[in-house]
Amino acid sequence: MFKPSTASSALRAIPSSSRASVSIGARSFHATSRASLATPSETKPAQTKEFKIYRWNPDTPSEKPKLQSYKVDLSQCGPMMLDALIKIKNELDPTLTFRRSCREGICGSCAMNIDGVNTLACLCRIDKDVNKPSKVYPLPHMYIVKDLVPDLTLFYKQYKSIEPFLKNDNPPAQGEFLQTQEDRKKLDGMYECILCACCSTSCPSYWWNQDQYLGPAVLMQAYRWMADSRDSYGPERKEKMQNTMSLYRCHTIFNCSRTCPKGLNPALAIAKMKLEMATE
Amino acid sequence: MSTSLVRQSLFRAVVKPSMLRASAPGLMLAQRRLVDFLVRRVKDSEEDHRGLWLAVVFVSTENMTPAESISYLNAQRQHRPNSPHAQIYQPQITWILSIANRVTGVALSGALYAGALAYLLHPVFPVIDSAHLISIVADLPTWVKGGLKFLFAVPFTFHTFNGIRHLSWDIGKGLTIKGVYATGYTVMAATAISSIYLAFFV
Repeated sequence: MFKPSTASSALRAIPSSSRASVSIGARSFHATSRASLATPSETKPAQTKEFKIYRWNPDTPSEKPKLQSYKVDLSQCGPMMLDALIKIKNELDPTLTFRRSCREGICGSCAMNIDGVNTLACLCRIDKDVNKPSKVYPLPHMYIVKDLVPDLTLFYKQYKSIEPFLKNDNPPAQGEFLQTQEDRKKLDGMYECILCACCSTSCPSYWWNQDQYLGPAVLMQAYRWMADSRDSYGPERKEKMQNTMSLYRCHTIFNCSRTCPKGLNPALAIAKMKLEMATE
Repeated sequence: MSTSLVRQSLFRAVVKPSMLRASAPGLMLAQRRLVDFLVRRVKDSEEDHRGLWLAVVFVSTENMTPAESISYLNAQRQHRPNSPHAQIYQPQITWILSIANRVTGVALSGALYAGALAYLLHPVFPVIDSAHLISIVADLPTWVKGGLKFLFAVPFTFHTFNGIRHLSWDIGKGLTIKGVYATGYTVMAATAISSIYLAFFV
C-alpha cells in the first residue's frame, strides 16, 4: 500500500560543510559528532545505512502517505534510532516531524514502530547491518497528525475515564495512608508505566475496536488502582468493566507485553483483573 | 527551489536576514536551519540581493480565535490517514498463533456445519449419503486420504492444544513472555506430531 520512494526532499542537497553555523550549534542536539568538539573523534570508515521513514503532510492532505528514504553515516551518528532521526532532521530534512523529549526512555514521547515493532526510538539501538534498510512508521492504526506523530487524544481520554487517582471515602484521621510492604509490592510492574502507547497500538484488538476497548496500557492502570490497598473504590472500578467491550476484548494475544519498552507485563495485569472479576 | 520552500513554510512577516540569524530565540532548531539555509542561498546566488529582506514567520505565530483554531483542527482531522498496522507489524508468535486460533476455530465449525447441512441435499443429490461417501473415499489412494485427513487434523489439533493454553492463562498460569513462547512452541510441536500421527497412522 505504501510504496517506498527514493524521492527525497530538496533539502537533502545541503552541502555538509554548511552545517556548523555558530548561532545554531549552541542549541543543537548532540547526536552528531562535530569538529567543534573539544576532542574530535577519530575518522572512522563510513557506514552508510538507509532509513525509510513514513511521511505524510497535513498541508497536502490529498497526497498519500509514503516512505521516504534517507542515508545516514552510522560512524557519525549516535547509537540509537532517535539519534539517527535527530541527525536526519538536523542535517538532511528539517521538515521531518516526530515527538521526542527526554532521550532516556522516561517520557514516552518517541514511541513509534521501528522495523515492525513498537518501541521508544531513544531505547532502540540502530541495527548495524548497513545492507538492511531500517523502516520507521508511526504507532500502528492511529490517525496521523504529521509524519511520525499520531493523534493520542482518544488514548488520553480513555486513561482519564478510568479515574487514575486514589479514591477513598475514609481517609485516615491523622497522617497519610499506610500500606504494608506486601501490599506495596502488588503495584510493582504497574506503576512504572509511562503511557507511551506502544502496547495499546500493538494490540490487534485495540486496532479493530479502539472506540470501545480500553487497550492494555489503560487497563493495566485501571488494575493498578484496583490493586492498591489504599483505594476503596475497587468494586466500582470493576463494575465499570462489566461489559463486553471495555475489558473483555482482550484475547490474551500478548503483543502488549512482547513490545513494552519498559519490560512491563500489561497482559498479566489484565488477566489478573479478569480472574478477580470472575471469582469474586 | 528556494521559492517553493519559502511558500511551503508560509513566510509572513518581514525580517532582515542578519537580524533573524542573530536573534530568533523563538525559532526551533529545524526552522532555524531552514532559515540559515535560505539565507545562505541568497548570499551565494550570483544576483545582487543586497538589501533583500527575507520574510520569515511561521504558521504557529498566526493569531487565531479558539473557534477558528477548533475548526482548523477539525478540518485537518477529516483528512488524517490511518497509520499502517497488520501489514507492517513484525510477525510474532504472540499474534500469529492468536489469529491462527481464530481462523482454525472458524474453519472447523464452518466445516462441521457445512458437512452436516450437506445431508439436507440428499433428496436432490442421492450421492450425498454416508454409504456412498465411504465407498468413494475408500477407493482413493493412501496419500490423498492421508492428505485430506492431515488438512483436517492440523486445525483440529492446533485449536485443541491452543485451547488448553488459553485455559491455563485463564487460571493465571504461564502469563509471562517466557511462558507464552515456551507454550507457543510446545503447541506447534504437539500439533505437528499429532496431526501426522492422526493423518497417516490411524
